[in-house]
Amino acid sequence: MTPVSVTTSVLELERLIESVSNSGSDGAIATFIGVVRDNNLNRRVLHLEYEAYEPMAIKALEQICREAGSEWPGTRLAVHHRIGKLTIGEASIVIAAASPHRAAAFAACRYVIERVKQIVPIWKHEFFEGGEVWIEGATANPEDEAARLEAVRRACA
Amino acid sequence: MRVTVRLFARLRDIAGAGDLSREAEPGATVHDVWRALVLDFPDMARYESSVSSAVNADYARMTVTIADGDEIAFLPPVSGG
Repeated sequence: MTPVSVTTSVLELERLIESVSNSGSDGAIATFIGVVRDNNLNRRVLHLEYEAYEPMAIKALEQICREAGSEWPGTRLAVHHRIGKLTIGEASIVIAAASPHRAAAFAACRYVIERVKQIVPIWKHEFFEGGEVWIEGATANPEDEAARLEAVRRACA
Repeated sequence: MRVTVRLFARLRDIAGAGDLSREAEPGATVHDVWRALVLDFPDMARYESSVSSAVNADYARMTVTIADGDEIAFLPPVSGG
């Protein structure tokens, strides 16, 4: 199983955990599941549709894993992002971070989700009661060092 | 020369297509392609300061010079996760 992927298939956290676990020197595996919420900005959300620029999204996810690896040496990461139509409660992203110690595992896991929201070319199309809207978050700029440091800060908060 | 333009999310909706084939002058930059696009689709103008760009699926600044056959992508602010 590849450590990073962008897929229309249902995400399986167990498989991610297996891919990072070495059942040896690791003392911790931290995981994160992003799920589709039924409300946003006082709108009743019906479903989401995610779109990706796939080859670039894969590269950005790989870059994020490399960044986390140099920030917290010894961690092993996997991150899978789902695209296409997702219903309420479904997982849109799953992340697993394995490390000798829990602090690094938690931090690396949090770092990945913060960075995904900054630089991965994936977009959320929200369908709500009464309309639809493309959600627009961060202007993606991998050279923005201040943004990267903010992700590190949040990861260690 | 000819380049392929890839558009996503709201930009794709504005253009009515995710892939466009465009003519560009030799020596043209990513920003030249963007400017020509905005002339055809004025609704894209409001993305001038928030759009990111890529050449052949790697982030690239607007000042980068493009080559024949390049794939130029314009990315509105991202919202994955």
